[in-house]
Amino acid sequence: MNWSGVMKNSTGDKAFFICNYIFASIAFLLVLYPIVYVISASFSSPIALMEGRVWLFPVDLGVQGYKAVIEYHDVWMGYGNSILYMVVGTIINVVMTIAAAYPLSRKDFVGGKIIMLLFAFTMIFSGGMIPDYLLVKNLGLLNSRLALWIPNAMTVFNVIVATSFFRANIPDELLEAARVDGCSNFRFLRSIVLPLSGAIIAVITLFYAVEHWNSYFNALLYLSDKQMYPLQMFLRDILLMNSSSDLTMNVADESMRLYLNELLKYSLIIVASLPLMIIYPFVQKYFVKGVMIGSIKG
Amino acid sequence: MLQVQKSGAATGAVRATKRRATVKMSSRTSVSKRILVNWQLYLLILIPFVYVAVFKYIPMFGLVMAFEHFSPVQGIAGSKWVGMANFQRFFNSYDFWKVLKNTLQLSIYNLAVGFPAPILLALSLNYIRNNRFKKLVQMTTYAPHFISVVVIAGLLVQLLSPSGIVNHMIAALGGKPIDFMTQPQYFKSIFVFSGVWQSAGYGSIIYLAALAGIDQQLYEAAMIDGASKLRQIWHIDLPGILPTVVILLIMNVGQIMNIGFQKVLLLQNPLNMDASEVIDTYVYKVGIISGLPQFSYATAIGLFNSIIGLILIVIVNQIAKKVNETSLW
Repeated sequence: MNWSGVMKNSTGDKAFFICNYIFASIAFLLVLYPIVYVISASFSSPIALMEGRVWLFPVDLGVQGYKAVIEYHDVWMGYGNSILYMVVGTIINVVMTIAAAYPLSRKDFVGGKIIMLLFAFTMIFSGGMIPDYLLVKNLGLLNSRLALWIPNAMTVFNVIVATSFFRANIPDELLEAARVDGCSNFRFLRSIVLPLSGAIIAVITLFYAVEHWNSYFNALLYLSDKQMYPLQMFLRDILLMNSSSDLTMNVADESMRLYLNELLKYSLIIVASLPLMIIYPFVQKYFVKGVMIGSIKG
Repeated sequence: MLQVQKSGAATGAVRATKRRATVKMSSRTSVSKRILVNWQLYLLILIPFVYVAVFKYIPMFGLVMAFEHFSPVQGIAGSKWVGMANFQRFFNSYDFWKVLKNTLQLSIYNLAVGFPAPILLALSLNYIRNNRFKKLVQMTTYAPHFISVVVIAGLLVQLLSPSGIVNHMIAALGGKPIDFMTQPQYFKSIFVFSGVWQSAGYGSIIYLAALAGIDQQLYEAAMIDGASKLRQIWHIDLPGILPTVVILLIMNVGQIMNIGFQKVLLLQNPLNMDASEVIDTYVYKVGIISGLPQFSYATAIGLFNSIIGLILIVIVNQIAKKVNETSLW
């Protein structure tokens, strides 16, 4: 054996590992820094922020930004609406997805292939924005909460993910055994399939819930009544349309008001992302699992 | 004796045809029987089926209005047929080349930078031996995926504003402040690199899974042969994840025409419009928020977009099938 070759390789490998650590660390810091900065900025004083003294840690620690956000009624209305849209919407989504995916996963479901093809086709071709909009309008759903629930009642991608999970995880023998005992399909789904499918239900629930919480475009398209706006719409108004001036009207000093307007945007970003940030560490593994199940099917 | 044998053969043949007939009959009855036995499954899928029919397929028929001078009062059936006029109008309009160029430039730029990024990250993570560090990097890089597009856009506007942290950094290094969001030349890079920041981590999951599935014996063999780590990546890792890469590439190319439209819309302002107006934002403007919404014209533009997307995905899928024997269908 050529020992010098092995030696040379191991020094080469060492260099590789060091470079790799440096690369991963840079990627890590590049992703982390903006997040840390926003958190720090949100806890700084408006003046420190505007003077550019905040780099990494909060400067002149304070919660003025959060105070302004908390006093802003629209944000809470949006929060409430978003929770409502998310909870009801996700329940509809999950029920629909399982109702579609379970039959499609069964080998003895005649016509399943055609239905799957019809479903999958909608992933690569669709009517587009205007026909969608006109349909919702013609159904009388414009400016109604239903417009955020019904047109998005189900995502075909998630149906495919759930179908491949059922196929892989519910053995045929189980169905046969249940059949022999005179078990109906409904009963089998309720008593056998669902209890075995906790993982996939968690995955699709989270997929849908995040989608609901983060979406703004359907609200922009279909809702005109501010009372029904989800949080993301108010965020859009404040962060991007600069409509936050009425939040800080009671601040007398002109420049101070300007500063506070900027600060509260950072606080608002944190407040809006808080629910996901809190649950993220606990549910992260389900998202990873979801991607894996989805990738089996491709 | 011969007679008997013959008749015996004949009855045998008759029996066989009879049996075949009954087999055919029973297979036919068993199809309807199988449907009948599983009626509950059909009941289950009924509502999802109706949903897809109504909310996915009816809008496809709505595409007919791309060929009409649609008036909401007369409906699709009653509106005047104008053939390709709406398409011609779009192709001849001053905006056509601008929005087409922006759409393609933004998508191809995004694909060129955004597609390899998660692969690189996954390869890197795959060679990190310290598990705690690996978990930490994964946890952090996946997180931005869950931030809403509104927050991302708002964040970019804040951080890149003349009084934002990026300009403070430029000033600290002695540079002149730049108002990034109002300069068209920065728009595409802002869009693409913020996309990498948000999605590279989450996108790496699928490649990490593929890497984990590679046969360990290949690495052992490579080690005995004295292959360096870079050679291992080139000869084992990359071929190992190639099917995944191809599938995702097909899917991404299929999305070229309608990429990240919601984010574009949020980052758009009158000053960067020259770089930021893409086909989908144009459709939104012409068909929805305009004071006089031109449904037919906007639908025609959207249909043009979808058809290009469909053609692209079919072509790329065919190529992948030929070259690599991996494809979506």
